[in-house]
Amino acid sequence: MTYKVIGKRVKRVEDPRLLTGQALFVGDVTLPDMLHAAFLRSDYAHAKLISIDVNLALEVSGVVAVYTAADMGDAWEPGPPLVSPPPTLENVVFNSRRQVPLVKDKVKHAGEIIAVVVAESRYIAEDAVEEILVEFEPLPVVVDLEKCLEPGSVLVHDDLDTNLAAHLVQNKGDYESARKGADLIINRRFQLDRGAAVAMENRGIVADWNEKNQHLTVWDATQSPIPIRNGLAARLGLTQRQVRVIAPFVGGGFGPKIMMFYAEEMVLPWITMKLGVPIKWIEDRRENFYATTQEREQIHEVEMALSKEGHILGIKQTIIHDTGAFNPYGLTTPLNTQSHSMGAYDVQNYSSEVIVVFTNKTIVTPVRGAGRPQGIYIVERLLDIAARELELDLMEIRRLNFIPPDAFPYEHKIIDQAFVPLILDSGNYEPAFDKALEMLGYEDFIKKEQPRLRAEGKHVGIGIVPFIETTGVGPYEGARVSVEPSGKISAATGVGTQGQSHMTSFAQIIAEHLGVQVTDVNLVTGDTAEFQWGTGTFASRGAVVAGNAVNAAASDVRQKVLKLASKILETPEKELELEDGMVRVVDIPDQSISLGELALLANPLRGAVEPGTEPGLESTKYFGPAFGATAFGVHGMILEVDPETMMIKIRKYITVEDCGTMINPLVVEGQIHGGVSMGIGNAYYEKLHYDENGQLLNANLADYLIPGSTEMPHIDVHHANTPAPNNELGTKGVGEAGAIPVPALFAQALENALHDYELEILETPLSPNRLYELLHKQEDPS
Amino acid sequence: MVIHQISLIINGTEEGLQVPSNMTLLHALRDKLGFTGTKNGCEAGECGACTVLVDGEPMNSCLVLAVELNGREITTVEGLAENGKLTPLQQAFADLNAVQCGYCTPGMLMSATALLRRNPQPSEVDIQEALLGNLCRCTGYQRIIDAVLKASRNGGAK
Ligand code: FES
Ligand code: FES
Repeated sequence: MTYKVIGKRVKRVEDPRLLTGQALFVGDVTLPDMLHAAFLRSDYAHAKLISIDVNLALEVSGVVAVYTAADMGDAWEPGPPLVSPPPTLENVVFNSRRQVPLVKDKVKHAGEIIAVVVAESRYIAEDAVEEILVEFEPLPVVVDLEKCLEPGSVLVHDDLDTNLAAHLVQNKGDYESARKGADLIINRRFQLDRGAAVAMENRGIVADWNEKNQHLTVWDATQSPIPIRNGLAARLGLTQRQVRVIAPFVGGGFGPKIMMFYAEEMVLPWITMKLGVPIKWIEDRRENFYATTQEREQIHEVEMALSKEGHILGIKQTIIHDTGAFNPYGLTTPLNTQSHSMGAYDVQNYSSEVIVVFTNKTIVTPVRGAGRPQGIYIVERLLDIAARELELDLMEIRRLNFIPPDAFPYEHKIIDQAFVPLILDSGNYEPAFDKALEMLGYEDFIKKEQPRLRAEGKHVGIGIVPFIETTGVGPYEGARVSVEPSGKISAATGVGTQGQSHMTSFAQIIAEHLGVQVTDVNLVTGDTAEFQWGTGTFASRGAVVAGNAVNAAASDVRQKVLKLASKILETPEKELELEDGMVRVVDIPDQSISLGELALLANPLRGAVEPGTEPGLESTKYFGPAFGATAFGVHGMILEVDPETMMIKIRKYITVEDCGTMINPLVVEGQIHGGVSMGIGNAYYEKLHYDENGQLLNANLADYLIPGSTEMPHIDVHHANTPAPNNELGTKGVGEAGAIPVPALFAQALENALHDYELEILETPLSPNRLYELLHKQEDPS
Repeated sequence: MVIHQISLIINGTEEGLQVPSNMTLLHALRDKLGFTGTKNGCEAGECGACTVLVDGEPMNSCLVLAVELNGREITTVEGLAENGKLTPLQQAFADLNAVQCGYCTPGMLMSATALLRRNPQPSEVDIQEALLGNLCRCTGYQRIIDAVLKASRNGGAK
């Protein structure tokens, strides 16, 4: 299908507002009589709460109220379970323990909320927080993923006799038999650590109960306003229509702004209903490090069985996944790791055990990549190691094992995070892989440039890593598209935007069908009053699931337009075209009618309409895929390391991305640039350092370093296109892709650069310090 | 807390306001005067989202008390475009897709505006260094840097 607007590098319609300071973020919401909240949080990671005395805080001038768990009475209840374990799997252990609004008896991670102060200003509220007296009884802390499972370990949840949060096994084929026929078996243990999402905008909430209207409005920097609306209504005893949640412009999401039901999301609406005035809370950066969810800490014990030619015969692994103190988000992340540990390869035998543990650390939920970077890290590392042992070319072993193009749809016979069978819908891996090698100049570098650089004493390495990303999962999203009498198009969908350019991309789809300018489309996202069905923006699904719902609605409106115009212009529909906001008779441009006039005619004020007619030129449609669309990509880089300082310089960075049909390549490339930036942080700069007391030692942006303007390389992006077969647009997701292969890529390129050290990297994130330690451990045999 | 009556010249217009001694310029701008284009990302001088120009120099508005700036000239992101016409820098950001969530954007624009005013033809390295204090989690910086380069060819900061 050839498109006129879809697939074009259209400039973003949201930018004028964002560039002039006119875009509304939650922090910008100010309401009359608004009060401000500040939270007292526990410094201890594990402690009994003995007593709280708020009297001094209440005496501070300007303080209106102070609340503790006791004040909430029956309104105190843990957050709702968000994602239950996959119902189709047998023998799953799942101990659901959800976060609480305010701590009642025991603190389970540093940063949990003890009390909330409501005051005339945030300054006053924060000062008053200091006046609250709390007596704690510190308890021993459990942070280690393996020690927490030992008998006699300290327990995070006293009502469980274990720190086991979940356990499940998934098998494909028969690994043990495959192993018997193997020529090579590799065993390794991998240690993957935690990072933070670090959206530039912290979380924030403004909650406003209107007593006269009996209506609650909540502005929330969330990725999922509809589930938050539904959950609030249920908790507060309101109908869903009595609650409106608005996620206006959101300053980056990256996962943690998902429908968590954070403590603050439960507490602020409760307070506004109590006090009858609006309450505002904007998270500060320190709170963001302690209280906003994180990800990626896992230990993997893995075995790969191969033939001497390099064919993967099977993979077996045990994953220990740290969920932190609570597990509201179920098994999404470890299931993603499980399903991505076979990478882009034809693996017939797979045995994989997931053990999820509670620790006294911040809660874990998906962060851009969501378990996938870990899976890709495992399989790509193993292939690098296997290639070396078998004396095969690193690239050749990958080609040998790629799922061939005629094997799609390729069924893995395990369940993925969406609780449906893991089926890779489509792909054509080898040409994209070859393209990446060509872009990077792989052959030339290995044969000529690297020997020359090595002769000069330089440590310059190359890496290439392919990966898959399951995207576009259900359950569904919807959209409403409507032609207005002005000729403008109004549209709405439930998925909010945190920078993904929905207002432009979705407008392009609508413009394609209705022959209007992209700027004539006014699209509202993330406001439950505008659209109230759907889940949210996460899991690289916006362009696929909401995009196809928009496509269906716009296509339906087009049919309605054509039908009405055909009647009025007395011309068969197939002789009509939609162009420049008009419906015209092809070849007779004078015979035309504008969309606005048609919209008026479709909504008459007098006269009779035909039975069964719906007013207006409007349509609401939904899209729900049976299973997701699987994207593919390859990242490559050439990187120089200084073995004295371990500082790196990325000389070249390329990606080949296959996300099917692109709605807007500018947007796709932007997503990749940002993903790679986060991936580089994940691979070489960013690690959350928890000490043995569960204290986060680098809870600020001076100590937790995210890549800055001097760390980022130029990134060359090439687009391959294998359209998704199961959705009309052919789109696959790309939001998380950029971040997924980067840690594996760094490991490969660093080993290659430091070839004379015979380094084997089995961990991520690295850092200059950590690399230095690894090299010196290597040098020093003691 | 002592309350001070001060005046700030914001985007060319004098504004009188009352601020307590401990109120930062960031909060005075956002909460007292409604210039919410200036963003808060850390309140600790680490992210640059709050960058404004004080007498033409970029400054983290979260690190300076409003009372200290009595009588000074402040430029915020709202003061860049004139009558709705974007500056060449803002236009280059739009043309090259240098904005994603847009939260870092006001700070980026202010730092880059200051750079282009003092160095109308910056090199890529000059730009990287000028933006070192402005973190962006969405874009990977490449297009922001390209946009500043483009603006330097198209009339600079204005
Ligand atoms: S808010 Fe001022 S530097 Fe971050
Ligand atoms: S565009 Fe989102 S932080 Fe820069």
